[in-house]
Amino acid sequence: MIIAYALRNTHHPPVIHQREKITMISPSLSTEILVIGGGATGTGVAWDAALRGFATILVEKRDLTHGTTGRYHGLLHSGGRYVVKDPHSAVECIAENRILRRTHTHCIEDTSGFFVVTPEDEGDYPDRFLAACAETGVPCKEISVAQALRREPLLNPRISRVFEVPDGAADSFLATHATAQAARQAGARILTYHQVVGLLMDGGEGDKRVTGAVVRDTVSDETIHIRADLVINASGAWAGQIAQMAGVGVKIIPGKGVMVATNHRLVNTVINRCKMPSDGDILVPVHTVSIIGTTDEKVADPENLVITPGEVQFMLAEGDKLVPGLSRARIVRAWAGVRPLYQEGFSGDSRDATRSLTLLDHKARDGVRGFLTITGGKWTTFRMMAEKTIDRACEHLGVERACTTASTPVPGIEQGHYWLGHRLHEVEAEALQGGLVCECELVTRQMVESAARRNPTVTLDDLRRDVRLGMGPCQGGFCTYRAVGILHEIGRERHDPDFVLEGEADAEEWEVAYLQSPAQSSKGQSITAHATPGATTESALPTRSPAIDRRSPVSNPNLLLRDFLQERWKGVLPVLWGRQLKQERLDELIYLSLMNADHLPDAAAQSPMTGFYRGGDGEKKIVNGE
Amino acid sequence: MHTTSWHSVGNSMDECIKCNICTSYCPVAEVTEAFAGPKYSGPQAERFRALDQIAAPDHSVDYCSGCRVCNEVCPAGVKIAEINARARAQMAADNGIPLRNRLLGRNELLGKAGSFAPSLANFVLHNPLSRVLAEKVMGIAAEAPLPRWSTTGTFNDWLARTKNQRLRSDKKVVYFHGCATQYYEPFIGQAAVAVLEHNGYEVIVPPQNCCGLPLLSNGEFDAAEVYHQGNLARLAGFARAGYPIVGTSTSCTLTLKEEAPELLDRHDEATLAVKGATWDIFEWLRELAETDELRTDFQPLGTDEKPFLLPYHAPCQYRAHRVGKPSLDVLALIPGMDVRESRARCCGIAGTYGYKTEKYQIGMDVGAELFDFVADQGPVEMTACDSETCRWQLEHGTHIPSRHPIEVLAAAYGLYDLEARRAR
Ligand SMILES: Cc1cc2nc3c(=O)[nH]c(=O)nc-3n(C[C@H](O)[C@H](O)[C@H](O)COP(=O)(O)OP(=O)(O)OC[C@H]3O[C@@H](n4cnc5c(N)ncnc54)[C@H](O)[C@@H]3O)c2cc1C
Ligand code: SF4
Ligand code: SF4
Ligand code: SF4
Repeated sequence: MIIAYALRNTHHPPVIHQREKITMISPSLSTEILVIGGGATGTGVAWDAALRGFATILVEKRDLTHGTTGRYHGLLHSGGRYVVKDPHSAVECIAENRILRRTHTHCIEDTSGFFVVTPEDEGDYPDRFLAACAETGVPCKEISVAQALRREPLLNPRISRVFEVPDGAADSFLATHATAQAARQAGARILTYHQVVGLLMDGGEGDKRVTGAVVRDTVSDETIHIRADLVINASGAWAGQIAQMAGVGVKIIPGKGVMVATNHRLVNTVINRCKMPSDGDILVPVHTVSIIGTTDEKVADPENLVITPGEVQFMLAEGDKLVPGLSRARIVRAWAGVRPLYQEGFSGDSRDATRSLTLLDHKARDGVRGFLTITGGKWTTFRMMAEKTIDRACEHLGVERACTTASTPVPGIEQGHYWLGHRLHEVEAEALQGGLVCECELVTRQMVESAARRNPTVTLDDLRRDVRLGMGPCQGGFCTYRAVGILHEIGRERHDPDFVLEGEADAEEWEVAYLQSPAQSSKGQSITAHATPGATTESALPTRSPAIDRRSPVSNPNLLLRDFLQERWKGVLPVLWGRQLKQERLDELIYLSLMNADHLPDAAAQSPMTGFYRGGDGEKKIVNGE
Repeated sequence: MHTTSWHSVGNSMDECIKCNICTSYCPVAEVTEAFAGPKYSGPQAERFRALDQIAAPDHSVDYCSGCRVCNEVCPAGVKIAEINARARAQMAADNGIPLRNRLLGRNELLGKAGSFAPSLANFVLHNPLSRVLAEKVMGIAAEAPLPRWSTTGTFNDWLARTKNQRLRSDKKVVYFHGCATQYYEPFIGQAAVAVLEHNGYEVIVPPQNCCGLPLLSNGEFDAAEVYHQGNLARLAGFARAGYPIVGTSTSCTLTLKEEAPELLDRHDEATLAVKGATWDIFEWLRELAETDELRTDFQPLGTDEKPFLLPYHAPCQYRAHRVGKPSLDVLALIPGMDVRESRARCCGIAGTYGYKTEKYQIGMDVGAELFDFVADQGPVEMTACDSETCRWQLEHGTHIPSRHPIEVLAAAYGLYDLEARRAR
């Protein structure tokens, strides 16, 4: 994508031309391990590699978790779902479930989980389930229906049996960011908005070797070469595309899954149907919402995922079987993610493909050295996937170094498991009610500011993943313009040549462990206390946030505003009825009628994400003037 | 609080479109930093509440007075005040209830206790030393307008005394007097009986409990449930038989109509029957007037030259009744009256809210709007308001006597002495 910067607005101070910024960037870097993909898997791989002392660079074409990791269901699997169908996965899940509760404590809510037998789930599955749990070591206890209904009053009263398992809910945004911070503290370099456009190759037919990657900085549009002893392809559903760049065929089975979120939590426990895994059979409480999901449909393109009305209807109808009335609850959003499933020689339905991880050693498999692909698996097993990958990397690089991730907590775990009320509790304790930017999700001004200053930010959507900005009922209706104003103000501070940004050091430090904590943000919690001694976080490449850097064209407030409105609109469109429709009408009045958002200056300005938010050309746009 | 059923008031949070209209109207949020407003405490905070959390997530909801201005202005129908009330109940369940709130919640018990020796009780309660003690020990503001026990016996005593004078008729109406009439202001009940009988109705006064509202607003839901069940047992039969149940206390009738069913999440047949049969007395009288059944043999209370000037404040509870301002409509039928309608949002007392030390000043600041309105009307002999605690607050804030509109109506029928507050 060629980025056209057309800043026509004369009110803006002149934008310093790109060239000046780029001279600060070295055009080529070298490292031992280059990781492609900033989802859970890639970030975990970078963390493990850095902990084992490898010089490591991770490149992600967008924001961390922009791929499947940021679009998943939010379930920390106990393994219960797989005990019958995919026992190997179940064993992996329960092992990792136990580990992640220690290493990523604050990213997890200890919700517990029920497997419920609804009137439609007859047959011998429940008994097989119970036996398989015992075999795979997934702790499972049958509890009375009455007890389950006491804990979850909205649950279908016609269920006949209930089994409790140690499911949890997990915030993959926070977990991945915290893992990335841990990786940085161990010396890794994390480059977001850096897209691999080609692989550097050596050697001829039969003796090929991947020696690095050609990477484009999608914000500055500059290209750099990163040389590496080993390139690890952790690009999820895109893994086939990356492998293709090395001339290697990897056939990913991209299984699209649709999820729908209710306006508030209907349950506080993960509710699974006790039957063979299928569609729309899990309801997960994640932060302030409940998410019903999901589907599994083979798609061609992991990028432009279409959600059909039929899929949403189906999801709601299935939801009614778990919580009767769910379909009439207010629905705030729908979205889809793609499973990066892989099974050698498999050609069936994506639903039936294994959920186990797959590590492809292209030296053994394809005769291409210096190149590994890690795919499949689940969020829950990302750490294990990383461990297996770096074990193999050690073999390739001829060293023997033990994995320590299972016993190394990421920064921030002393906050304990998160719980539904934690934000409200902190806002109350610190009396931060006056400083709320996103009122629905209780995001304070300090949270927005420190997220923008302390980790790379290109769009407001990046801040959404950091602090949950705009994820509430109004879907950005009130916080979008506030956040834009705040970023604009920070940008102005930086533009003043005499201004010394308070906390500039922090901005360079990349601090995310307390992103979700209003109290810590208000206290200006700093990274210094957690930094690993001797670790270098100094970087030749800027990690500061283009969104607040006045020299960067993406810091254009009109662009930030339009992008985020368009992004939020995308997820509301499939559920536009009833109460959410009423909400969108108010949002429309605010942005289109009051602020004239579709006639703001700089109409042609684009960020690296603008095209993605707008989707296909046929899609209706919130800022199209009608 | 946890969503316990699809009927729970908490569910109405889903209606919120975040417009903030409620916040800009809330009289409490306007005068104190301690309360961030209805949107924040209601539909927003509700998304962060659940049963069995490791701590109650918020405490500032305790500063909501329950005045329901928010409910009235909300364009989406969010039951904000009720959401807040349930959150307070959850907090009470989590943290235990202070003695003060237990006491203020037990209007009926207090009323009974004081009635054994009302003069002594009045002395004990009202002498400056005990008020200072009450403030120090229990957090009941020393200045707050606490009521005085009736020294001429309870309303039931009066009923018993005047048993032989009661009208017998085929037209019957059930009267719910509430605790304040029973123990503090029996003359309100006397005025009501006079008006109802004057219109040809036999008045049935079944034994009854406190409606439970003070308990509900202090978060004691279990105790409120006991009262509610008691009232259902005694009233449901009349309701099923088609008798209207009227009350002079806007809060008691509201509790029977709406607060108890909603806050306690009760939707059984008896609750619904009583809910459907209950009327605010003026709501019911207005209905009579509209079908020309209300007697209009009024004696003018003033003259065309010198009308009887009466500043009137509609209590917060009328908002939740959603019946407009029926006393205003009925008083308008009386010749020689100049009723001035207050547009103040709240008197500030909001039940027992303004009694509490930490809220006394907030209550007075909220009420300032109303006190200023009364002062602006020039010299007046009295004000009027349908709710007892509001009248007490009005008197406290303006130093002018305040009357229930039913007293004014009874006086206009020539059945009641407005000055001395007794039936003629
Ligand atoms: C609908 C659905 C629900 C799910 N629910 C759960 C659940 O509840 N629990 C659970 O444990 N698991 C769940 N999963 C599985 C889990 O989400 C995924 O297995 C996991 O997130 C995959 O992570 P990843 O890092 O491998 O892939 P991704 O998160 O997709 O990361 C790959 C990254 O590579 C980047 N990339 C692509 N191309 C390039 C390039 N050229 N240059 C640079 N970067 C590039 C992408 O932008 C992306 O960020 C779910 C999956 C789906 C689809
Ligand atoms: S303002 Fe809305 S989206 Fe923004 S935070 Fe609010 S509720 Fe949320
Ligand atoms: S009930 Fe009254 S005090 Fe409470 S939030 Fe509503 S307007 Fe404010
Ligand atoms: S007035 Fe109603 S819709 Fe508007 S913010 Fe308040 S509760 Fe929500």
